[in-house]
Amino acid sequence: MSHHIIQVNNLKYSYPGGRQALNGVNFQILHGESVGIVGANGAGKSTLLMHLVGVLFPDEGEIAVGEVPVIKKTLPLIRQSVGMVFQDPDDQLFMTTVYDDVAFGPRNYKLPEEEVEKRVRSALETVGILHLMDRLSYKLSGGEKRAAAIATVLAMKPDILVMDEPSSSLDPKSRRRLISLLRCFTHTKIIASHDLDMVLELCERTIIIQDGKVIIDGPTGEILANEELMEKCGLEMPLCLQGCPVCGTKKAK
Amino acid sequence: MSNMMTSLYNIRILDELAEKRTVIHNIHPLMKVLTTCLYLIVIVSFNKYELSGLLPLVFYPIIVIALADLPLVPLLKRMLIVLPLIIGIGLFNPLFDRSPMVVLPWIQLSGGWISFLAILLKGVLTILAALVLIATTGMTRIAAVLGMLRVPRIFILQLLLTYRYISVLIEEVGRTVRAYALRSRREKGVSFSDWGSLTGHLLLRTMERAQRVYHSMCCRGFAGEYHAGNTSKIRIEDILYFTGWGLYFVLVRFFNIPTAIGSLITGVVK
Ligand SMILES: Nc1ncnc2c1ncn2[C@@H]1O[C@H](COP(=O)(O)OP(=O)(O)OP(=O)(O)O)[C@@H](O)[C@H]1O
Ligand SMILES: [Mg+2]
Repeated sequence: MSHHIIQVNNLKYSYPGGRQALNGVNFQILHGESVGIVGANGAGKSTLLMHLVGVLFPDEGEIAVGEVPVIKKTLPLIRQSVGMVFQDPDDQLFMTTVYDDVAFGPRNYKLPEEEVEKRVRSALETVGILHLMDRLSYKLSGGEKRAAAIATVLAMKPDILVMDEPSSSLDPKSRRRLISLLRCFTHTKIIASHDLDMVLELCERTIIIQDGKVIIDGPTGEILANEELMEKCGLEMPLCLQGCPVCGTKKAK
Repeated sequence: MSNMMTSLYNIRILDELAEKRTVIHNIHPLMKVLTTCLYLIVIVSFNKYELSGLLPLVFYPIIVIALADLPLVPLLKRMLIVLPLIIGIGLFNPLFDRSPMVVLPWIQLSGGWISFLAILLKGVLTILAALVLIATTGMTRIAAVLGMLRVPRIFILQLLLTYRYISVLIEEVGRTVRAYALRSRREKGVSFSDWGSLTGHLLLRTMERAQRVYHSMCCRGFAGEYHAGNTSKIRIEDILYFTGWGLYFVLVRFFNIPTAIGSLITGVVK
């Protein structure tokens, strides 16, 4: 699997109980692209991302990652190449110490212990929490948990990175570190976020989702600067594109 | 309320203790599991009136707790939860079985009381041994050892996920009760009329949460097997630890040491 094209065709999903969360989503993401997925609360972003790693399966339509369809049988293969950071870091930390949590993935692939340690250290270093290595993961602060959750995925060295609101609850410095880290990550990345400034910095392409449907799919700069469109989707322009609240001048970008 | 949250923070104390580095913690998990198994077998093999023979077995948990530097209070608290059950099992023995028996040469009790105390002691020691094993080894390493011993994977998985689920459940209880307490005007507890919706809500939440945790495990290549990582080699010390305790248990099983000492003393006095 050298070329990781993600193909989503007419994806429909309703939660048990009848709530139709995805209502015919179509897109294609090419190798090396970085795509922002934005939309109001409850638009269906998390639901969509969970389909990409096979946590949920579509009622209708299909998904393929690099020609491999995402179905029960191919999950081990899919999960080796797609790493996902969940919206709630508590779901991702289930071992006792941070170290064991980050090592969980690499160990499952039966890597030698030295390699595991190397990966854990470098993953923790990239998110800047190497000093928390021996701490108990459930006693971390919200932002520290978030960083640890990201490290657990980085340690797997995925080819495709899928992140659900990675920057929420990070302090400005950690957020900045995350952004520069993600910029260095040259593989395909898909980021669902309400942090539109981050999307603007990281993703050349943006997909807006509303009520389980793709509203628009195109270059980030154009979409996020379109005030009317953003308003219609229950969103707001990124702060760095809005006028200065003090002096009223528009920042050019 | 604060009480509840602090006890919540303690649910994972066994996991925490297992991360310590002491003489006992450093002993190979396999040897610790085997020692514990042997200990349990020896305890169970005593018949119901053999109270005095059991007494020397008390030293095993005491010595291990001391060497492993474990705090007593949390262990005892966990034991209290199970204690009523054990007492319940033995409760009627003193009522029905009134024939007098000799415990030690200078002490006599009715058979019922002896068997009651023996059940109590056996119960306390087995639970203590299990708690000590978890607190010095950690559930994941125990699971790895069980795998080494060719215990079917499904049982190990069951054990691990149940163990995890309990902490997930209790954490969700804590959060829900906290949210409830902040919005209800009551000082303490949960009003009777709210119990139904609260427990139903909790069940759904914990199931959902457990499922999400499981999914995120699967996303990181989990295929039904835990890998505890650095499984160190078995050293001479580890084998000595096991054989040492093993010999002691066997000795205690076949020679009633307290009675021997007792008769020795009375012999000297005479
Ligand atoms: N477990 C569930 N059971 C039933 N319905 C759900 C469940 N999870 C989400 N939904 C519904 O599906 C819709 C899409 O939810 P989703 O979590 O995908 O939204 P989102 O875009 O990620 O929102 P947010 O920005 O708040 O994270 C919502 O209307 C939500 O009510
Ligand atoms: Mg979401």
